[in-house]
Amino acid sequence: MNLRPDPRELAAPDDGIAKGAMLLEVKNVSLSFGGVKAITNISFDILKGEIRAIIGPNGAGKTSMLNVINGFYTPQQGTIVFRGEERRAMKPHHAVRQGIARTFQNVALFKGMSTLDNIMAGRSVKMKRGLGWQMLWHGPALAEEIEHREKVEEIIDFLEIQHIRRTPVGKLPYGLQKRVELGRALAMEPSLLLLDEPMAGMNLEEKEDMSRFIIDVNQQRGTTIALIEHDMGVVMDLSDRVVVLDYGKKIADGVPDAVKANKQVIDAYLGVAH
Amino acid sequence: MVATASTAGMVLDTFPKYLLLNAERFGDRPAMRHKDFGIWQSWTWSEQKAQVRSLALGLQALGVRHGDKIAIVGTNRPRLYWGFAAAQSLGAIPVPVYADAVAEEMAYVLDHAEVGFAIVQDQEQVDKIQSFAEKIPALKVVIYDEPRGLRDYDREHLHDFADVQASGEALLQADAQLAKWWEENIRQASGDDVSVMLYTSGTTGRSKGVMIKAVNAVNAAADTAEFDKLSEQDSVLAYLPLAWVGDHYLNYAQGYVSGFCMACPESQQTIAHDLREIGPTFYFAPPRIFEGLLTSVTIRMEDAGWLKRKIFDHYVGVARKHGQAILEGRPVPLLGRLNYALGEMLVYGPLKNVLGLSKIRVAYTAGEAIGEDLFSFFRSLGINLKQLYGQTEAFLYVTVQKDGEVRSDAVGPAAPNVDIRISNDGEVQFRSPGMFSGYFKQDEQTRETLTRDGYVKTGDAGFFDKDGQLKIIDRAKDVGKLESGALFAPKYIENTLKFFPNIKEAVAFGDGRDFCAAFINIDLQAVGNWAERNNIAYASYQELAGHPEVYRIIAKHVDETNLRLSREPLMAGAQIKRFLVLHKELDADDGELTRTLKVRRSFVGERYGELIEALYDGSKDKYIETEMTFEDGRKGKVHATVRIEDARVYDAKVEKFREAAE
Repeated sequence: MNLRPDPRELAAPDDGIAKGAMLLEVKNVSLSFGGVKAITNISFDILKGEIRAIIGPNGAGKTSMLNVINGFYTPQQGTIVFRGEERRAMKPHHAVRQGIARTFQNVALFKGMSTLDNIMAGRSVKMKRGLGWQMLWHGPALAEEIEHREKVEEIIDFLEIQHIRRTPVGKLPYGLQKRVELGRALAMEPSLLLLDEPMAGMNLEEKEDMSRFIIDVNQQRGTTIALIEHDMGVVMDLSDRVVVLDYGKKIADGVPDAVKANKQVIDAYLGVAH
Repeated sequence: MVATASTAGMVLDTFPKYLLLNAERFGDRPAMRHKDFGIWQSWTWSEQKAQVRSLALGLQALGVRHGDKIAIVGTNRPRLYWGFAAAQSLGAIPVPVYADAVAEEMAYVLDHAEVGFAIVQDQEQVDKIQSFAEKIPALKVVIYDEPRGLRDYDREHLHDFADVQASGEALLQADAQLAKWWEENIRQASGDDVSVMLYTSGTTGRSKGVMIKAVNAVNAAADTAEFDKLSEQDSVLAYLPLAWVGDHYLNYAQGYVSGFCMACPESQQTIAHDLREIGPTFYFAPPRIFEGLLTSVTIRMEDAGWLKRKIFDHYVGVARKHGQAILEGRPVPLLGRLNYALGEMLVYGPLKNVLGLSKIRVAYTAGEAIGEDLFSFFRSLGINLKQLYGQTEAFLYVTVQKDGEVRSDAVGPAAPNVDIRISNDGEVQFRSPGMFSGYFKQDEQTRETLTRDGYVKTGDAGFFDKDGQLKIIDRAKDVGKLESGALFAPKYIENTLKFFPNIKEAVAFGDGRDFCAAFINIDLQAVGNWAERNNIAYASYQELAGHPEVYRIIAKHVDETNLRLSREPLMAGAQIKRFLVLHKELDADDGELTRTLKVRRSFVGERYGELIEALYDGSKDKYIETEMTFEDGRKGKVHATVRIEDARVYDAKVEKFREAAE
């Protein structure tokens, strides 16, 4: 009989941190490009197992914040504590090794490659065999590939993209490309997933699908998620806690209802003169 | 009539009996395949028997008893098909329900069928059932196949399919006699038990529960399996709705009787791909799907380079000339044969391979009329496509075409052991081995449907052609007359319109009116592609439908339709005088189509009453607001000003219905 144990209910990668404990802390971070201050003295934390939203008007410094978290930018001041380790400078590939994966505001996939290959690329960080073995593609390298392919198939099943498994992603509609990108990030089995506007440019139905997937990733896999999103309805429904930035400063931080009632937030979004 | 298994000495009058037999005679042959996580998983007949057995014992532990009804809701999944056999092995009655039915429709069926148990595919179906749970207190147990998303649900009535099977397996381990008891129970079962209850799609009002006796079901399936020489060597892809008689008959019933392998697609979107990988030998598709295939082939050829296009056009021409003759074994000049063989190598072979139709031995289409061009296109490629005519009440087959005696405009002579007659008022009536034993809890409707001498009234108007093939004109009650007395057969007119790839759906009006008029739905794929090629921008279906150029194309099609109608003495009186292109697609979610995608004429007539009046009062356009339902159940409004155009009517000698009906 070939009924395997159902892998659809995957546990979160165990990183030794209890649910609800501190996973990541941003401490007094400031970042500037020349004279432009992108982020000014911001502190907040992300707890294990939550969906944390970062919102703010255009140019508030949201994407810069994500870039600081995953090591793409090095802040001039302040530090990041991830899984108890404090650091300021880090290369993105270290972030990946440490368990931080992300998607991008503008889809950044390998357009000429199939969905399957794109997601497989996400596994490369987990592959142990070197280039020589991979080229030989026999014995241990093949066994490893099969093992990774199984994980990738689980993700394909999870995101319901079986029908585009072999389609070059460049040919896919935007909403599906976003889904493939999420798949590639998931392939890294991150403990922290950063989503930069996962629903930008989507229609209502695609947004609903994507919300569903984000909730499933969070609840079934136990992945902690930090997301940037413009659609307020989505943010307030999805997230456990929200941090609000405006002109590179933190103006609010708390549960959605509290943030919604916050005067400064309302002003920032309604565009009251400062 | 009923075959006997020599080894077990049992009369084969139920499907579970065939399950035992097949596990014995084809134990190591594949019975079921399913693509899961990108890999085709398979189960042999003996594995399938073990699966069904553990499920059945698990169900029994949950309280399933002889005569209980078990709803089965979902797409084509091995576990759901095992649900049928497991229920039947306990003497319970499976009741498949359309997976895309909205909650209200589903509630009606589950309530009416007095369902106590349900085996469903996933969270979507569980949610649907829970939304009306208090309305059907009889439903105590819901078993789901896919656990995804259901982790935090209240477990009181909810069971994981795997757990149910595990509990059955545990009982089996604990008691060695249990397996024997289960098989003995199957052997003792009576063929007079109801095998399955199939709800009609509800083209006319509420759907009815058609009860099919086991012995009838088995006999019908055995007849047609023999007719098409189906064996354990065959294979099918089960992709049609589980609740439709066609899927249950062609895949489940015929599969159990002949022991062939049924493959379930990975998902609804991968069917084309899965078809190519499986390469079935027996295939059924409604004309709509063949139409879709041809449309996509045509569109892709239009986008291809000129050389490919030339080769394709040339060899399609060759196929049209000789293909059908070669298929039917009629004499063909040597040069024609050579040409065709070359075409097979260059075009037909690769094309059939891409479509997944390379290994087809027998293919059927039914449900709607199929255009001559469309039909002969597939036959000329060497695909043995035939027509059948059937009904849920017949457990599918009423007529079927024999190999070599195939036409597009008729549906064939009576199927094996079926008696057909035409009543005085032109209605087709039949008596068949698979015929139903009644509608569940609707004795009055049962009596209305059966004649005194035990024939079933089909409700279809038709006549036998000279070569003994049955021709269906329309639903008997839809056939009407214009004020002039000319016969008005709306479906015939609509079908003639729908043979144009640009027209997806049409609704004709005219009964008791001065002339015939029609609503038209454009085909978004075909017309959209045309628009793209001609640099015509559009933002929505509505905008494209109202585009003057689109109107011009449709007008041409209507004109051609009228020309065709004028050549048919019976139909010439009802040519289309005025038409409009509807601003929205007719949709099953809005109740405009049935779940099998047939137009619900009276409903459309009521909903768009204003537009119909506008067709007849001579106005040039009409403003209308229509409510529509989105896929998630929310409602919205579309409004549009729909243009109405006149069409040319051709002269022809008009015959009255009486003269022609004899």
